[in-house]
Amino acid sequence: MQYLVSVIHDSASLATPDEMAAIDVFNDRLQAEGHWVFAAGLAAPSSATVIDNRDGEAMVTDGPFLESKEYLAGFWIMEAPDLDVALKLATEGSKACNRKIEVRPIL
Amino acid sequence: MIDVRAAITQAHREEWARVVAALTRRFGDLDIAEEASAEAFATAVARWPADGVPPNPGAWLTTTANRKAIDRIRRENKRDGKQKEAQLLSDDDPPEPPGGIEDERLRLLFTCCHPALAVEARVALTLRLIGGLTMPEIARAFLVPESTMGQRITRAKAKIKAARIPYRVPAAADLPARVSGVLAVLFLVFNEGYLATSPDTDPVRHDLTGEAIRLARLVRTLRPADGEVAGLLALMLLTEARRPARVSASGELVTLDEQDRGAWDAALVAEGHRLVRERLATRVAPGRYQLLAAINAVHTSARDVRATDWSQVVALYDQLVRLDPSPIIALNRAIAVAELDGPEVALAAVDRLEHPLAGYHAYHATRADLLRRLGRAQKARAAYDRAIELAGNSAETAYLTRRRDQLNLDPPQRS
Repeated sequence: MQYLVSVIHDSASLATPDEMAAIDVFNDRLQAEGHWVFAAGLAAPSSATVIDNRDGEAMVTDGPFLESKEYLAGFWIMEAPDLDVALKLATEGSKACNRKIEVRPIL
Repeated sequence: MIDVRAAITQAHREEWARVVAALTRRFGDLDIAEEASAEAFATAVARWPADGVPPNPGAWLTTTANRKAIDRIRRENKRDGKQKEAQLLSDDDPPEPPGGIEDERLRLLFTCCHPALAVEARVALTLRLIGGLTMPEIARAFLVPESTMGQRITRAKAKIKAARIPYRVPAAADLPARVSGVLAVLFLVFNEGYLATSPDTDPVRHDLTGEAIRLARLVRTLRPADGEVAGLLALMLLTEARRPARVSASGELVTLDEQDRGAWDAALVAEGHRLVRERLATRVAPGRYQLLAAINAVHTSARDVRATDWSQVVALYDQLVRLDPSPIIALNRAIAVAELDGPEVALAAVDRLEHPLAGYHAYHATRADLLRRLGRAQKARAAYDRAIELAGNSAETAYLTRRRDQLNLDPPQRS
């Protein structure tokens, strides 16, 4: 079972060197223990572009699809047998990146 | 006929959670487990009067529920055009898992009380899947429309499935935190039973208090050395012991000082006291439930209200305030202070709580009582009015109304 583990943040500040180092250690562990699928940090929401081509006439709009105080700053995709394992990993991930985290199952 | 009905009631009480648990383990789906269990009990209601009560009702119910579940899965598979029947064909009576029934119920309890679920959902799921209460009963207990309660339970079950909340007793390292989450749910269930918040239900709901006690005993089998588990069980027992004296024949709440102590359940009191003594003997610093249990042990040790060791009660509240500085604890401490240092001192302490507790009926009821004892009838009346407005429990409303109407407003008092 895979989980999307989203990093939620409320400022544009990037991870500090200490946070980056902690994230690296955490990622190494995810890989060593077979939980790693993928991970990425995201550029600021102001750099996002929205496309809507549902009518076959693409509408391009500047900015994130949702304006909010908190936004998605990065994510992991983790492999875990159940939610308890995913939550335990996410708890450590939150500590490592020093940000709030949301865990959501992937269908 | 009456015997059959009694047998069904007893089977429901004793076997419901076991049937749900067995099916959950087999099919890995709470929804199917719940529905098939309910169908099995409905079948028992229809068949047992004519066919007689089977020699082993639990096994009969589990087998019947298993068949109902398989029927349902086949129907759904047919609808979805799936062919997954092979795995469902055999095994009418899967063997008991190692550890037996108690372990099954615990597994179910930890799943229902999982921290990833909203608190209201944990309470509702526990009552439905383990307590076997019906949806309308749970909705009534918590004063929400049936449809809302139905959605709450459906949503929680869907999340358990989609997010794969595991069906098992947590690992030893996680147990303390998870057990404390379970205790919080059981305490909520018990409190709702002991002072039902709805004017439309019985003022004391033994189905809820009894279930909470049953489950606390179950958790204790898993964690016999856990002080807070023992503490919560003792607290519930010592509270439940007073239930026979708590509501008068006319349906009015009877406060602790006016209760007929001879009507208390002596066996429950003795068991509660035994648990409290057991914890004291460990000399381990007590947690919140243990302190509340100790306070209740002091109350239930006194022959009458005058014999109560109030200094001991206040000392225990002082410890409790250090652990839990909530205004509700401070309010209860003030009630004990009134007995030790007089209502004037207590009133000053209560008045300081106005800001956080202005919407809480017990705050106004406590003030009203203290003002009454100080002879300030006008102010007491206003406080009773506010308490009556906010109280939901019918027996409490009746008690407060009588107290208010007995106030001596004439001649005018200083106020």
